[in-house]
Amino acid sequence: MSKKIKVLIAKPGLDGHDRGAKVVSRALRDAGMEVIYTGIRQTPEQIVATAIQEDVDSIGLSCLSGAHNKLFPKVVDLLKEKGAGDVLVFGGGIIPDEDIPGLKAAGIAEIFLPGASTEETIEFIRQNVKTA
Amino acid sequence: MEALVTGLLAGKVRSLAKAITIVENDLPGKREILQSVYPRTGNAYLLGITGPPGAGKSTLTDKVIAHLRAQGKTVGVIAVDPSSPFSGGAILGDRIRMQQHALDDGVFIRSMATRSHLGGLAKNTVDVIHLFDAAGKDVVIIETVGVGQDEVDIVRIAQTTVVVMVPGLGDSIQISKAGVMEIADVFAVNKADRDGADKLVNELKAMLEMVKAEVKPEIFRTVATDGIGIEELVAGIFAHGRRVEESGLVAEKRFRQAENELKAYIYDMIMERITGLDGYDDVVRQVAAKKMTPMTGVEKLFSGLGLPEEA
Repeated sequence: MSKKIKVLIAKPGLDGHDRGAKVVSRALRDAGMEVIYTGIRQTPEQIVATAIQEDVDSIGLSCLSGAHNKLFPKVVDLLKEKGAGDVLVFGGGIIPDEDIPGLKAAGIAEIFLPGASTEETIEFIRQNVKTA
Repeated sequence: MEALVTGLLAGKVRSLAKAITIVENDLPGKREILQSVYPRTGNAYLLGITGPPGAGKSTLTDKVIAHLRAQGKTVGVIAVDPSSPFSGGAILGDRIRMQQHALDDGVFIRSMATRSHLGGLAKNTVDVIHLFDAAGKDVVIIETVGVGQDEVDIVRIAQTTVVVMVPGLGDSIQISKAGVMEIADVFAVNKADRDGADKLVNELKAMLEMVKAEVKPEIFRTVATDGIGIEELVAGIFAHGRRVEESGLVAEKRFRQAENELKAYIYDMIMERITGLDGYDDVVRQVAAKKMTPMTGVEKLFSGLGLPEEA
C-alpha cells in the first residue's frame, strides 16, 4: 500500500482571506490527499512546528497580504533549521510576477497565481513529493 | 531505525513524528519500533474525548491541554477526523482550535484520518498512543471523530472517556439509547450557557440514576470557548481514574484492553496470510458467482493455511 500524501495548508500573515486556502484544501482532499488545515494568521514558527509534528510531505502557503516575500522564505529557512528541508513548499495568493524568481530562489518550489487550476496544484504535488 | 527509537524515547519531536508516520502507514520498521518501545509504555494517562460533531470536542481539548500544561504535565494529542469514502482523502481540521499550543514543546498534536476504519478512531490509533506514551507524555488525549450513536472504540482504549454533549440535539429518548451514551465515564455538557442546558443535565441525571455501575459518571457543565468549567472537568477526569484504581475494576479493564489489542493483531495477521494465499482470488470469484457459499469459502481458505476447517 502506498503512503497517502499529507499536505499542510497554512495561511501566514495577517490577512483573513481564507477562501482560496479552503478551496485548495478541498481539492486536495478530493484528490485523495490528507490535508491539515490550521486556519488564518499563523506565524512561520507555528506553521513549521505543525508541519514537523504532522510529518507532512508538503506545505502550501497562502498569502494575500503582500508579505509573501518575508513570510514564505522564513518558512523554508525554519524548516531547514529544524532538519526538515526535504518538505516541499509551494505558495499561492496575490503575488506579483516580479517576486516569483526571488521566491523560487529562496526555496519555494512553485507559485500558483489567481486563475491557476486546482488540477495544476494536485499534479505538481504528485510529481514532486518524495513519498517513502 | 535504532536512532529513531532512541530519539523517540528521549522525547525528540522529529523522531516521534517520523515513527508515527511509519506506524500509522504500516511501513517497514513498524514492528521493530513497537517491539522496542512497548516495554517503555504504560505510564501515560489515556484520556478519550468523544461526542457528536460540533459539540466542541476540539475546543474543549484545547482548554484541557492548557489546564494540564498549567499543572506541569506534558500532553500528546491524537485528533481523528474522517476520511472521504469516495476519494480516500481527508481534511484534518481539529488543530485549528489548538494552535495556541503549536510552539509549546510540552504539547505534541497529531492528526489522523480514519481511512474508512469504523468505530470512531483511525486504524492504528492504539499503536500511535504507545509511541506518545513511550516518548514520555504524561497525558495522551484521543479526540475521536464526531460520533453518532455507535462509534464506541474509544472506551476500549482510554482510562477515562469524556462524552461531550450539547443542548438541543434531541429529546430524552436519545439519552436512553444504547451506544455512545453508555460509554461515558464523565459527561461534559458543553455550551452550558445555552438554552436547554439545565434540561439536558436533568435528563442525564435521570438516566444515570438507573445505571448500576460501581463507578457512576459525573456530569460537568462547560463553556469551552470561555474556559468555563474546565478546571472542574479535569479534576473530575482524574477523580474518575482514581476511583477506578481503587475499585479493583482496573485489572479487568486492562485485561479487556490487552485482549482487544491482541485481537486486532490476530485479525491483521490472519487476514494478511489468507489474502496472500494462491487460491484466494479464485475463492472470491466462486463466491461472487454464487458457486460457493461464503462459509465453504472460509473453510477452504483456513485449510489452505493449514488450520482446521472447523475454525
